[in-house]
Amino acid sequence: MKRKRFGPSRLSAAFLLLVPYLAFAQDAGPDGGEAPAAYDPPPAAVTHLTARDAPDDAGKHIILEFERSADDAAGAADVVSYEVFRIDPAGIETSLGVLPVSNKDTLRLITFDDQMPGLVNGTEYSYKVVTRDASGSSDSKLDGTVRTSGQWFALGRFNMLFSVLMISFFILYFIKKAQRGEEIYLRPVAGLKAFDEAVGRATEMGKPVLYVPGIMDLDQVETVAGVIILGYVSKMTARYETELEVPVSRSLVMSNAREVCRSSYLSEGRPELYKDDMVHYLTDDQFAYAAGVDGIMLRKKPAACFYQGKFYAESLILAETGNSIGAIQIAGTASPSQLPFFITACDYTLIGEEFFAASAYLSKDPKLIGSLKGQDWAKGVVMIIIGVGAVVETLHVLGVLPFSLQPLLVAG
Amino acid sequence: MLWKTQIPVAIVFAVGMLTLIQWFVPHWPFDQIQVHTTQWFDIIAVFAVILGGLNLLKLQLQKVISRGRDWPYALVTIVGFLAMMVYGFSPVGVPEGIRLGDHLQANGSHFRWMFFNVFTPLSATMFALLAFFVASASYRAFRVRNAEATLLLVAGIILMLGRVPLGAKMTAFLPHFMQLPTVQEWIYAVPNLAGARAIMIGIGLGMVSTSLRFILGIEKSFLGGDE
Repeated sequence: MKRKRFGPSRLSAAFLLLVPYLAFAQDAGPDGGEAPAAYDPPPAAVTHLTARDAPDDAGKHIILEFERSADDAAGAADVVSYEVFRIDPAGIETSLGVLPVSNKDTLRLITFDDQMPGLVNGTEYSYKVVTRDASGSSDSKLDGTVRTSGQWFALGRFNMLFSVLMISFFILYFIKKAQRGEEIYLRPVAGLKAFDEAVGRATEMGKPVLYVPGIMDLDQVETVAGVIILGYVSKMTARYETELEVPVSRSLVMSNAREVCRSSYLSEGRPELYKDDMVHYLTDDQFAYAAGVDGIMLRKKPAACFYQGKFYAESLILAETGNSIGAIQIAGTASPSQLPFFITACDYTLIGEEFFAASAYLSKDPKLIGSLKGQDWAKGVVMIIIGVGAVVETLHVLGVLPFSLQPLLVAG
Repeated sequence: MLWKTQIPVAIVFAVGMLTLIQWFVPHWPFDQIQVHTTQWFDIIAVFAVILGGLNLLKLQLQKVISRGRDWPYALVTIVGFLAMMVYGFSPVGVPEGIRLGDHLQANGSHFRWMFFNVFTPLSATMFALLAFFVASASYRAFRVRNAEATLLLVAGIILMLGRVPLGAKMTAFLPHFMQLPTVQEWIYAVPNLAGARAIMIGIGLGMVSTSLRFILGIEKSFLGGDE
């Protein structure tokens, strides 16, 4: 009997039957369920975990640094997050937050600032960072502890203290000089000289004067400076019996500006001309205020518009509307980004320090003029320091000088 | 004199010195000064808002009653003011299940509807006007009247052209340092920045000097009772 040959076609059929079986056998568990996934070890823990007390603080800030897990290749591997824990002296762990891993992260070193509530000055703390991936986690604990420590003086701000003391010295010195009757020269500032001209023009035309003291509250030094200048403008309107309109965007500014105007009218001997409603509140909202002031301009057509204070994007809206009604406009602000708009749209602009000098300039009070002179001297010293700093730093970068003044000059 | 000037000056001196000290002394209790004084200011400002609101209402009501010029605008202001007050402080227009207070942010409340459908578009309209005002102001600024204005015009054109692809294409044949994007970057980063920093230093010194005048009681006119 001829033995049946186990030919290629039968081999193929057996193979075809075997493949699905093997595949099934790989998927199926011992009990016929799903097979366990390939073993995925937990991620490598972060390394070089260090912690230090932050300098120049109240003892409520600790800075942690650690290097990313070796399994975190800037998001390409499977590390999903790091969670930082603070461990207090009683051993209680507090989660300080989860830092997700991002594809944008390129630096290996991670810095974490612990300024969360609960830190007590003069206490030892430990830290732990948990690295997580899809399958598990691994911890890295700080070796030892770190102690919070508050300082009584911010050493990093020593240069600022020096500057404040220097400016104070110059101001007080020149005030004394001015009080002794020594003549102090002030360079003419066109914008300040134009105050009289603007109010005079409004008087001649029989139109009101509009004064806008900015859109911020009294906690801004620009607003207070604006209210002080209002005092001088209101003296002029009282003297010339010109209508004054002061729309404000903050209630506290309204109260303060009323007091200043009342005092000005009183000092000019015209208290009967003063009315509380000449200073009136519109709204706290920036653009609603701009709309309100624009409306006043278009209805009342003031002959002179003053913008003195802190301004933002509404500056150009106000100044261009004032320009369209043909008013003489004088602006003053310490907002650098708004200065170009005012310079373009207004007749005169008090730039930065001129704006702060306005009250002293207009009052002619020796004490205030002396303070201006002191400010100028301080500016001279600052210019010298900047010049010396630039030369020394350049020589340091070129390798001529071994030291740099940067740590001394950059504020902390 | 005592109440109008001396006591306020003493308060300004005390608060000013404390604020100055806390900047240099980070230790407790000085680290708390800024937090608390800011809160005090906010509390005072909140009460002052009542004064402002009443003043606004009073003036607008006077206009409506006396049928002054453009009185219908005053009427719109009063209606808007009162509507927001009613929707903000009363249960009117508050969806069911939403607590009073939470309704300011809640979908379906009248307050939120008014805010997003009336107030926000009106604010955005005012902001949008800026684009037109920038154009008209630029036109005036760039008119050639003198050497400075001409310099401004040339710098402005270089900056505008240097920041768009057209400028780069126009000067692509020139050496790199003469190409418009390079020149505009230099204008922006060197002369412009130098001028801006000079102004900033002046502003900083002016602020310090003005603050010292307030703290030391040299400048008192902002109190109003100096005369």
